[in-house]
Amino acid sequence: MIRRLRSSTGDGSMPPGPAARDTSLDLPPGPRRSDDVVLDVRGLVKAYDDAEVLRGIDLTVAEHEVVTLIGSSGSGKSTLLRCAGVLEPISDGQILLDGQDISDPRIDADDVRARFGVVFQAFNLFPHMTVLDNITLAPRVVHGVAPKEARQRAHALLSRVGLADKADAYPDRLSGGQQQRAAIARAIAVEPRVLLLDEITSALDPELVGEVLALVRELAAGGATILMATHEMGFAKQVADHVVFLDQGVVCEEGPPARVLGEPTQPRTQEFLRRVIDAGRL
Amino acid sequence: MSLDHPTPLELSRRRLRAGRSRRSTLTALVSTLVFATVLYLAVTSAPGWPRTQATFLNPQVAWDSLPKILEGLWLNIRVLAVAAVATLVLALVIAVLRTLRGPVFLPLRLLATGFVDLFRGIPLIVLLYLIGFGVPALRFTDERINPVYLGTIALVLTYAAYVSEVFRAGIDSVHPSQRLGARSLGLSYGQSMKLVVLPQAVRRVTPPLLNDFVAMQKDVGLISLLGPLDAVRAAQIASQSTFNFTPYVVAALLFVLLSVPTARAADWAAARAARREQSGAML
Repeated sequence: MIRRLRSSTGDGSMPPGPAARDTSLDLPPGPRRSDDVVLDVRGLVKAYDDAEVLRGIDLTVAEHEVVTLIGSSGSGKSTLLRCAGVLEPISDGQILLDGQDISDPRIDADDVRARFGVVFQAFNLFPHMTVLDNITLAPRVVHGVAPKEARQRAHALLSRVGLADKADAYPDRLSGGQQQRAAIARAIAVEPRVLLLDEITSALDPELVGEVLALVRELAAGGATILMATHEMGFAKQVADHVVFLDQGVVCEEGPPARVLGEPTQPRTQEFLRRVIDAGRL
Repeated sequence: MSLDHPTPLELSRRRLRAGRSRRSTLTALVSTLVFATVLYLAVTSAPGWPRTQATFLNPQVAWDSLPKILEGLWLNIRVLAVAAVATLVLALVIAVLRTLRGPVFLPLRLLATGFVDLFRGIPLIVLLYLIGFGVPALRFTDERINPVYLGTIALVLTYAAYVSEVFRAGIDSVHPSQRLGARSLGLSYGQSMKLVVLPQAVRRVTPPLLNDFVAMQKDVGLISLLGPLDAVRAAQIASQSTFNFTPYVVAALLFVLLSVPTARAADWAAARAARREQSGAML
């Protein structure tokens, strides 16, 4: 029902790929598309003390592609996003951003983070700043944009996310949906290579979910490269180019949304989707 | 590709990190040594150094004055123990009084607010004089009131005023939803305060409380102004009989030693609180 606008560099089609991936990952698979891979996660392992949360994840996100991570709580979706965004040290494996190894300890992590846009479940807006200041902060402080220009761009962004009249409001004056849209504006203000969206609608009232998802849909249509964890299966089905089902820290099944969500082959996926359907979420 | 069998890539990263941390440890060590040496040379090359050394750092005088000062310190420690407990109790009562709501409690609130304003405003030294010499002048009894008691009272009044504000900040920092939750279960105001709000508040303010405790540890030395033979007073006497300031240095070192364990405990408590409250924020 949603026509996705594909940019010239994106091919939009998904190669058949392995129908189901085994949990033992001996070789990292090559990128699905040859040269337009933006984010490339290879054999990612993440452990907290002795608990392995991610146990060898391989994942690629191509330019202008929307990849959604699904799976139950504790399956490692958020951890994967945090590791990808260099917000957590990883225990093993490799993460490449535009071909550069960003898991190398020698890189400037702040510099890499500046190339990601992250939106969190709990918005994480700064309560002591107006919406406008929240948005202009990184462009001014990190990217050296002149304050006047940063403000102009922020106003334009706010119109785009439908918050033109909230520029001088403080976050606590906004509804959850408005806060999350402001947070998205903050994330895209730095023109990130990849947007990492971590269950951005989970903390919202049901009637506010739509406005945020509509915005993400618009960003996707505009060619944004997005890796997002979500519980909104309907949304994943409509907007995603590629769906990855995580289970207990491994990629259990992945592929085009119609196949993974429509005709899952793995028992784990089938069970998960059955529970989601039982809960009325698909 | 698991924890037990890291890939060569991960192993090389670990080596890199280990090497980097070794280098920064080494840098820190060297810069500390250089700084200490420069400081030492600067002080010892000062024109008045030999004389200063003889007057402030005389080992013989230090050794001779140590027993008396230690004896005096024991008084400080006892005063501290009593004053700390009394301060906590009084401060908690005042903090709770200040948070009471409703017009009925207005007099109590005013009283508590007045207490804090008054005793936080008076310099501790002035309060020591006022209580140490003013209360005996009232002649409630014919016997001499032990100045240690009066000094302890002055100390407790001042610190209770400070600490009650710390407690109040802690109480205010507990989110109203917690009180709402407690009241929704049918707990009374007092019960929800005692069982739900205060436990969280006290935990949260433990680090600043320990900070105040360290401050109190050295301020107990001020009771020497009223005459009791504590560590500072003993140092003063020793100093006057030898015409040498070394005993004060000895007393100072003892007070520092006394405060170090508390300071570490405060660090530990703060770190623990940070871990508990900020889990998930790793940067």
